[in-house]
Amino acid sequence: MKISNREDAVSLFLMKTMAALVVAMLFALILLLFKVSLPAIKTFGFKFITSTEWNPVEDRFGALSFIFGTCLTSTLALLMAAPLSIGVALFINEVLPKRLGNLLALFVEMIASIPSIVFGLWGLFFLAPWIKTLAAPWLKLHFGFLPFFNGPSFGIGFLTASLILAVMITPTITSVCREVFKAIPPLQKEAALALGATRYETLKIAVLSPSLSGIVGAIVLGFGRAVGETMAVAMVIGNSATISASLFSPGATMASVIANEYPEASGLQISSLCFVGLLLFFITIFINGLARTIIWRGQNKWRRV
Amino acid sequence: MKKYYYYLLRKLKNIIFHLALYTCATIVLLPLFLIIKYVMTKGISSINWNFFVQMPKPVGEIGGGMAHAIAGTIYMVTVAGLIAIPVGLTCGIYLAEYGQGKLARTLRFCVDLLSGVPSIIVGIFTYALIVMPFKTFSAFAGGTGLSIIMLPIIVKSTEEILKLVPDHIREAGLALGLPRWKVIYYIVFKGSLSGIVTGIVLAIARAGGETAPLLFTALSATHLSFNLTEPMASLPVQIYNYAISPFASWQEQAWAGAVVLIALVLGLNLTAKAIVHRQIFYPYLQKMILVLGLEKRKNI
Amino acid sequence: MNVLSVKNLKAWFSDHYIVKNISLEYPEKTISAIIGPSGCGKSTYIRCLNRIHEEVSGARAEGSVHLLGKNIYGVGVDPVRLRKNIGMVFQKPNPFPSMSIFENVVIGLKLQGMTQKGKLMEAAEVCLKKAALWNEVKDKLHHLGTSLSGGQQQRLCIARALAVNPPVLLMDEPTSALDPIASAKIEELMLELKNEYTVVVVTHNMQQAARIADFTSFFILGELIEHGASSDIFTNPKNQKTEDYISGRFG
Repeated sequence: MKISNREDAVSLFLMKTMAALVVAMLFALILLLFKVSLPAIKTFGFKFITSTEWNPVEDRFGALSFIFGTCLTSTLALLMAAPLSIGVALFINEVLPKRLGNLLALFVEMIASIPSIVFGLWGLFFLAPWIKTLAAPWLKLHFGFLPFFNGPSFGIGFLTASLILAVMITPTITSVCREVFKAIPPLQKEAALALGATRYETLKIAVLSPSLSGIVGAIVLGFGRAVGETMAVAMVIGNSATISASLFSPGATMASVIANEYPEASGLQISSLCFVGLLLFFITIFINGLARTIIWRGQNKWRRV
Repeated sequence: MKKYYYYLLRKLKNIIFHLALYTCATIVLLPLFLIIKYVMTKGISSINWNFFVQMPKPVGEIGGGMAHAIAGTIYMVTVAGLIAIPVGLTCGIYLAEYGQGKLARTLRFCVDLLSGVPSIIVGIFTYALIVMPFKTFSAFAGGTGLSIIMLPIIVKSTEEILKLVPDHIREAGLALGLPRWKVIYYIVFKGSLSGIVTGIVLAIARAGGETAPLLFTALSATHLSFNLTEPMASLPVQIYNYAISPFASWQEQAWAGAVVLIALVLGLNLTAKAIVHRQIFYPYLQKMILVLGLEKRKNI
Repeated sequence: MNVLSVKNLKAWFSDHYIVKNISLEYPEKTISAIIGPSGCGKSTYIRCLNRIHEEVSGARAEGSVHLLGKNIYGVGVDPVRLRKNIGMVFQKPNPFPSMSIFENVVIGLKLQGMTQKGKLMEAAEVCLKKAALWNEVKDKLHHLGTSLSGGQQQRLCIARALAVNPPVLLMDEPTSALDPIASAKIEELMLELKNEYTVVVVTHNMQQAARIADFTSFFILGELIEHGASSDIFTNPKNQKTEDYISGRFG
């Protein structure tokens, strides 16, 4: 549009400058991240991703155990949280009367607003002892033949971290699913009901199947959130660079190792930690971008219909 | 006959489905209530007036508080707000009102990117940007880190709220002979203030609860200071340090800190909700004020 | 001299040629209506008269529109300032949200610099009386503008447009979103406004044009088919297409 007015031209110029500054700042930050990781990149190169050695004393570092830790905890958290979140989203939108639904939605949002450190506190002093004294023995008793439940449990470890992550990503998945379900035109549900379907069948036909891509997008978004979660995981995972099949074993994730070791690190260790951060950054961008593409494409499909 | 059994089966599936949903909801709500109950019971005992006004005492001595940490959080969040709010509002307005061009799309992409960055990476960003060049940990670095966290929240919520204003309202303003910037500021922006304020309150709540961006930027401190160039304590970091320490008395303080932090963050979030739903909320507020005798009855 | 004089007005949305070379004259203190089937450029045409058409990206206009002798499409004319001399009322009533009735009426004056409370109150009273709304709102001037009914909101928008005292008032289907009783009230109001202002109104409703307008123009797809005194157009149209539209054979 034409800016024929000088005042408007000036105000637009100021806004554009601010916008450009923000964009420039982001690029600067990414470049800085590269810069601080450079020593580690130069020293280790691609081997960084394949080595599990993490030795501050001898300056030998590899990120594989952390990549493993991140993948394991996030996937486990997702497996636990996804069905529950989708169920809660359906429950709030389709089953509960409006007021109760809004109340339940409020509670779920409250989970999202609890600071990460409080989750960590609760995990460390309540969940970990509970797992050590109650859950782990029970699991070992009944499922001890599986490699997942071998070894002693000190309460902290992969399992605890995954449980806490599952609680933390539930609100994310639930809210995206709710948006997706809300976008279904009521006509579809009425058509199913008019055919004599039970509520379960109506929801299955008219809500869940068309929303499949949106649900997948929500899950991927939740995965991205789990991957980036720092403080709660840092406090309950034990900070040990190990790869193990046992869920009771302590370990570390990319985010947790940075939080645990950065304050006291120096020299090549700092650079290596920044390298881990760089990897984490790109993984998060990739996952979030993927989620958004999936959801966006799913919504576009609706518009064509 | 077969039809009847099939019908029963469908009914049964329906019932199981509903039961499953109720179970899901219960499982999901369980941790929420457990956490709040646990934090409250453990922390309430250590909350007293001292907690809010005293500095920490050495291990072994009774008493002491987290005044410096609480003050530090308020201070750094304010610094963060001073940076993030003007920048965020400007960018949000730009995206909502002029949002089609290349720069606008790039900005939107960058803001989306920034909103997905893990908070620990924001810490590394800030470390590289401010701690390294100035060779010192500082409250300013902490404030900057928090502002990076706040910025995407403010930009996105401002853009969403302003986009809700229908175009013909803007045209009515233009038709009165007002330049575009006056239409944007006096009519569109001022008309959406409540939504925008809500976004800012939510950003503040988020910033107040963050630990990771402060861990190696503002670090921590044992005394009360308002010096931007020195490390400063903050509530979440203090809780973290106390929690992982081996001292029981410090751990108790950590719980008290958690109570304060949760109260602050949840309080801000509920305030934001109340602003949005004020049509429902105000009558109750008015009744309460009347009941408490704080205000004379006005003709409504 | 006519208050508003349009010569060879053309308008585009990107590559779509919408308003096709229209020339019309609007005498002082009259109501002129523009009728025609949907999507025929009536709204676009009227939005060119206060140069609000070009605020949409990709839109442009050519030609000349003389307001009181000066060409608003001339070189160096600032559209922002020109719009103070032409008022506009829109299809959907749109009082500014979260502003009171009083604030809505005087916003045009305030943002042009008038700040004295007394003067603003005076101006508000005058405009609200002109818009036939004063009696209904004089006790609740500080209530929200959106708390009024649809018809009242539209009269509020008329008062708001009149506040800056423009010689010409453009109205884009002002009653299409209102119920019949509110519409009738607005039509009454328009007949009264004729005594002081020149009104150009786009309407979907032929009967409305026949009721209140002195002159009527008939557009199809952005072209002017016929223009003349309303009595002539509706009883004795010269163009066959006009007659077809009026007798309902299409539209």
